[in-house]
Amino acid sequence: MSTTLEPPVRGTRLRDQLVRVAEAATTPLLPADFMDLFAPLRSGADLRGRIEAVHPETADAATIVIRPGADWAGHVPGQYLRIGIDVDGVRQWRAYSLTHGPRRDGRISITVKAVPDGLVSNHLVHRAEPGTMVHLEQAAGEFVLPPEGGKFLMVTAGSGITPVIGMLRNLFPSTDDGVLRPARSAQHDIVVVHVAPSHPHSIFIRDLEALHAAGAIRLVARYDDEHGVLDVDDLADLVPDLAERRTLACGPGGLLDALAAHHEAAGISLTTEQFRTARVEPGDGGTVSFTSGTIVDADGATPILDAAEEAGVLMPSGCRMGICMGCVLPLREGSVRDLRNGAITTAVPGESGDVKVQTCINAAAGPCHIDH
Amino acid sequence: MTTIQKKSALPGQTNPIAHLTEADIEQIGIELDAIRQDVLDDRGASDAAYIRRVIDTQRKLELASRAVLLFSAFPPAWVLGTLGLSVSKILDNMEIGHNILHGQWDWMRDPKIHSSVWEWDMASPADQWKHSHNEVHHTYTNVIGKDNDLGYGIMRVDEDQTWAPMHLGQPVWCFINAVFFEYGIAAYDLDLGAVVKKKQTKDPDFRRRAKQVLGKIRRQVTKDYVVHPALSIPTGSFLPTLAANFTANVVRNLWSNSIILCGHFPEGVETFEKRSIEGETKGEWYVRQMLGSANISGSKALHLMSGNLSHQIEHHLFPDLPSNRYAEIAPKVQALFDKYDLTYCARPLVPQVYSAWHKVVRLSLPNGWLATTNAKNAPQQLAILYKMATGDRRTRRLLGRKLESESRAAAA
Repeated sequence: MSTTLEPPVRGTRLRDQLVRVAEAATTPLLPADFMDLFAPLRSGADLRGRIEAVHPETADAATIVIRPGADWAGHVPGQYLRIGIDVDGVRQWRAYSLTHGPRRDGRISITVKAVPDGLVSNHLVHRAEPGTMVHLEQAAGEFVLPPEGGKFLMVTAGSGITPVIGMLRNLFPSTDDGVLRPARSAQHDIVVVHVAPSHPHSIFIRDLEALHAAGAIRLVARYDDEHGVLDVDDLADLVPDLAERRTLACGPGGLLDALAAHHEAAGISLTTEQFRTARVEPGDGGTVSFTSGTIVDADGATPILDAAEEAGVLMPSGCRMGICMGCVLPLREGSVRDLRNGAITTAVPGESGDVKVQTCINAAAGPCHIDH
Repeated sequence: MTTIQKKSALPGQTNPIAHLTEADIEQIGIELDAIRQDVLDDRGASDAAYIRRVIDTQRKLELASRAVLLFSAFPPAWVLGTLGLSVSKILDNMEIGHNILHGQWDWMRDPKIHSSVWEWDMASPADQWKHSHNEVHHTYTNVIGKDNDLGYGIMRVDEDQTWAPMHLGQPVWCFINAVFFEYGIAAYDLDLGAVVKKKQTKDPDFRRRAKQVLGKIRRQVTKDYVVHPALSIPTGSFLPTLAANFTANVVRNLWSNSIILCGHFPEGVETFEKRSIEGETKGEWYVRQMLGSANISGSKALHLMSGNLSHQIEHHLFPDLPSNRYAEIAPKVQALFDKYDLTYCARPLVPQVYSAWHKVVRLSLPNGWLATTNAKNAPQQLAILYKMATGDRRTRRLLGRKLESESRAAAA
């Protein structure tokens, strides 16, 4: 049996004691609450970032350059990032692809296309200002290229180009002398089929065209106004060696569904990425499920609290009239309606995260899940 | 004061809502809902920036004051540090803690500024305070026998409560309670008086909550009276820092007690009978809040330092609206009072505090005693008071009736 000598512990013990004293001096707050006033991006803080620049890409898309906090663990091109930003004073979380490979200056960037009615995307593209603090999670996602290379087809539509541009920029850095082809990209044979409404509405089209001109990729651009809407059955004509390639696709749900059906029939491998969840239209009443396992059918006029208690769920409660916050529980998924004024609150997993709602004045507005 | 339900039966007293029809009351509810909705519709980034700015200021002020107090053996540093720390503690309790714990800022979905996670610099743990304050006091505002904020279970706050000799001491209790207000609140949130009286101190739920309170008090006391004084030892400032922290806590206690006394105690604020809230409609609830609260008129600084409880009426109507909006809706609320011929009880701080304390003193004495006493008859009146204080229940009842009828005759 091998043993390792314990490292001298005095240093750690002293540090622990100092931390304890600092905590005793700041209770009921934490020392971090005070450090955050001066160094919100320090190591050990909750992961945040500061917007450093907003570069317009097209009329309705922009690249946001962010300086992440010291604990940012880096990313692999193609991965995405969850970012929390206050829009009209309310914290909103969304996921966006990182659109650069790891940068030498340590900054990260996302490229956002403002979608109609998109609360966060419109804010980021049109109103976000340098200096704004944002909240971050570490990069995540399996939508990445294997480092050993291979033959790939990337099918991208609209802002679905964003994770792909991150991969391509990392493989083929663009410099003043043109597009570079470093050794790490020698084994990558890539075709990009990019779909957009029109040439001017196409984010990163200039980058894609430059990569094509330099021979780094083969670009097949399809514009709805010029070529009509892409039919996935035409892919085999556009990319004759389709069957030899691994397909990575990112775009709206309709396209991804069609691709999935097509590739399954043809027996070709497919990896997809989609961010925008289908919008849920709030309904009137619905099934409320609880983490404890109970499922309650609630109508649109009965507070969730009453419906749940009726079904035997032991619920926290208080004034039962919406003023004491004694009944607040996290809404994990779904929509609820405030019975006092009809206001809808919606929780989307991976987007809004849990939203704490008062169960005594909210009724189910469609199926919802409450973490209790 | 007398519950409004009894006022109509007494000569010289009128029920202030006798002239309102059921339809009026429901209409008041509709108009107040509309005022609330206006604020909700345009609540946004500037409100969020406001609360973050207040929190940021309070934390920096606390840091700076505590840093100055490291040198508190030097008298100017003591004065400056104590002043800063007092203001910081008041901001923490009033504009920040009280209002965040009401859920006024929950809409921001900021996991750090949320009623479910906030904790404040005060003896009572946030959870327990939310129950006794948000739930009991705000729901049953000024209902005798339901709202323990009326006298905190230790004082006589209404003519309808029978006078007993022990009430003579109430100005003293009231003052001691003011000085150590944070501990009074903690005991009150625990419902300590009732638990002891009912001999329920072994109840496991009470034990759990008591343990929680004691833990909080221990941490608070360690911070103010051990850690920070100890950090000041290098400059020989252990005792001065300890005294500074004690002073800041007392200043905060006296201030918050005064603001809270002003909210529901001044003359002109109405109380209600338990029966009256059975089957109460939203409109009736609103009217009870309108008449059961009193405002303090004054400067922006006063509003901030009072946690906007200077707008107690607006706060009781809309406890979950952001506090920075009360000032802006106050004129609309006051116009509604005027429209329905109701009294909007508002006075500057000093008259309002005086009014509240006057009532504490008046109710420490038998009904009518103060009103029928003047310089000339003082000896006889004192004799009556002595007889009532030492006599049996029958004596008290008879003499009490006499005093009441005399004072009614004098009023008429």
